[in-house]
Amino acid sequence: MDNKFQRILKKVQKPARYTGGEYKQIIKDKSVVDIRVAYCFPDTYEIGMSNLGLRIMYGIINGFDRVWCERVFAPWQDMEAEMRSAGLTLYGLESGDPISDFDIISFSVGYELSYTNVLNMLDLSGVNIRAADRDNTAPLIIAGGSCCYNPEPLSDFIDLFVVGDGEEVIGEIIALVKENKKCADSSREELLKAASKIKGVYIPSQYDITYNDDGTINEVLPKNDAPFPVIKRIVSDLDSSYYPADTIVPSMGLVHDRAVLELFRGCIRGCRFCQAGHTNRPVRSRSCETLVSQGIEALERSGYDELALLSLSTSDYANLSKLCDGLISWCEPRKINLSLPSLRADNFSVELMEQVQKVRKSGLTFAPEAGSQRLRDVINKNLTQEDLLKTCRVAFEGGWNSIKLYFMLGLPTETDEDIIGIAELAHAVFYTWKQYAKNKNRGARITVSTSCFVPKPHTPFQWEAQISIDEYLRRVQLLKASMKSKAITYNWHSPEQGFVEAVLARGDRRLGCALEAAWKSGARLDSWSECFALNHWTDAFASCGIDPAFYALRERNDHEVLPWSIVSTGIGTDYFKNERLASRQGTKTTDCLEGCTNCGACELMQRAEDKNGE
Amino acid sequence: MVNKLRLRYSKTGKAKYISHLDLMATMRRALTRAGVALKYSEGFNPHPYISVAMPLSVGLESDCELMDIGLATDSKVVDLPERLSGLLPEGLVITESYTPLRKFSDISWLEITGVLYYDKAMPDDLAQKLMQRYSCQNILISKKTKRGMSDIDISPHIRDVEFHGGEKITFRAKISAQNPTLGPDNIMAALDDEYERLAPDYAAFSRYELFDESISVFR
Repeated sequence: MDNKFQRILKKVQKPARYTGGEYKQIIKDKSVVDIRVAYCFPDTYEIGMSNLGLRIMYGIINGFDRVWCERVFAPWQDMEAEMRSAGLTLYGLESGDPISDFDIISFSVGYELSYTNVLNMLDLSGVNIRAADRDNTAPLIIAGGSCCYNPEPLSDFIDLFVVGDGEEVIGEIIALVKENKKCADSSREELLKAASKIKGVYIPSQYDITYNDDGTINEVLPKNDAPFPVIKRIVSDLDSSYYPADTIVPSMGLVHDRAVLELFRGCIRGCRFCQAGHTNRPVRSRSCETLVSQGIEALERSGYDELALLSLSTSDYANLSKLCDGLISWCEPRKINLSLPSLRADNFSVELMEQVQKVRKSGLTFAPEAGSQRLRDVINKNLTQEDLLKTCRVAFEGGWNSIKLYFMLGLPTETDEDIIGIAELAHAVFYTWKQYAKNKNRGARITVSTSCFVPKPHTPFQWEAQISIDEYLRRVQLLKASMKSKAITYNWHSPEQGFVEAVLARGDRRLGCALEAAWKSGARLDSWSECFALNHWTDAFASCGIDPAFYALRERNDHEVLPWSIVSTGIGTDYFKNERLASRQGTKTTDCLEGCTNCGACELMQRAEDKNGE
Repeated sequence: MVNKLRLRYSKTGKAKYISHLDLMATMRRALTRAGVALKYSEGFNPHPYISVAMPLSVGLESDCELMDIGLATDSKVVDLPERLSGLLPEGLVITESYTPLRKFSDISWLEITGVLYYDKAMPDDLAQKLMQRYSCQNILISKKTKRGMSDIDISPHIRDVEFHGGEKITFRAKISAQNPTLGPDNIMAALDDEYERLAPDYAAFSRYELFDESISVFR
């Protein structure tokens, strides 16, 4: 660290975000490295280092001979100002070297409100932000992560998108870049054409889009035999796939400071609002034996005192009891706590929580999502009020006094009765506490949170309109007025962030102009409510002649060409149409265990296995 | 009774940016990795017994940090300094481990070193001028206390002051470690008003050694 850098660090909050040097960071000898990769997480260090995907990709890429992957995070506002005034460009945390000299700059994009951070990080690196302005002397800019199921809004800036699981495809991309680097006179265009032949890779410059007079898409035209659609990649066997047991242990507090196990990918439930539940199908599980040994290894190597069992719906893991037994017997004598987020509100969950939380008791959080049975049927969230109250009874009898309940406002078909239903449900939970709580001295703490529903691509609700900011606020006031107990706290998320999220989530490539304008006017770290300002965005949309309501508030025609049709998750549009129809009839769709609904995702397994057999 | 072990360690380079709370967690994890079983408190939210002599502020280096840990009976502490150092982030090195005989409250003096950087040209006798400043009978600074800001005279709480060099000044002194607790910022605070022209543009400091009331090395 030179004196100039130390002077900067003296002036910023949390300087440990910017130094690297953590236990288990990977340092390689540059003289034996051919390809350097900057793995950029477009949010702060504390958020990025909590991300399991980062740790998986960091381990896999650094596992390649002669390839060195370093981490880069978005600097906080104070650090950005210091870097710009000192002329310091964005650097890899491990080496401190500027990433503009690297071969690949890779972004992990999991949240639409981090798009401006992507632009800002490119700019801070000294790299042209627009792909069209870059030649082969610039690093190849790639992106992966859950936002790439609709890559279009970022397509002006990113050379190459990875759709789906990144574990296998990253090696193929690096091999191609390595090959390309050997030919001194090869062009960026040639590299991209070759890359478009890699399965699961989407190269936006290889497609032309035409539009109708009403602003909708007319046609997507692939060039140079580029595939249409690009089908997502999946890892078919999680047991044999890489797990980062021996990973970086940060020297500063993270958002989630703990060891993590990934139980399975995908979800058997078909909640109709949920993007992750659909895009990650089919369900692929790790075996109980693998998980127990991975969990123990991760805890021994890291020294963490908490292990989180991650998945989209942990209650659905087939051997959950056995898994917990196996881990508890090791963890309890060592004062290690198990944490089980994403539990369903059923009795089993609370019994399990009592069993696993012998060391420290955390709060209980459930997500009924909607207040009335009718609306829960619409979204296919198969939880009844009876289930929830039974669960609460067991929890209160077991000594819990604090429960958090999550809901969305603005789900399709929602009426005022459904909203009042949220308050009634919360009161019923409070009444259950009054009846059954073991220890009433400390009082009950029931927290209700609402956020504004954001319709997402690749879900049965991808055609739906979002409710406006004003309408959301009206519904918030209605709900607030319906809450009559002091024991119930009501928090609501800002609808403004949800509105911009909705524009970007279902946007097309014409939004590139607005992203650049918003970033130029100061939009960054938009996922942080203290940094987000709606006017950055409304000004940007206006200056580009874009009507944000066209993207967020408009119900799509069911034969409209959707921007994300360029990508296939393995689930066909007809399936989503039928699911949408079923939602209007309040018809339940079975989960994958009760019976196959022929969504089509399982065919990806065959495809993945065929590929392995090649 | 808790079976205590005292660790002496240095915290330099990148590690100087690790905050006190994060350091406690970092040490706890490294001790766990080293197979040291820590003694945990009883109660609702059990935590291990870890106590740092004088929490170090972010940005300050040290070669003389002390930390006491409570051990469970079956702890492996053989070769602990070497083993633990290999399990820590860059810049944290354990230099000694031993059973403590004295209390942290016996620490009275702290020897610190520093480098003062000046961006503009400074007079040749800068070191001498600095020496003069810190030889004054009465050196009033304003210091944050529990009751808000108050003016104190630091002259009785700073001794064996040395300044050397020209463009870059090296500094060494012993300062009061407890009652009152002084840090480099308090020492530099004396360079204000008429002495402001002597104030550096940037300075980096390091703790060098701990002493008791009779200026004997504290362990």
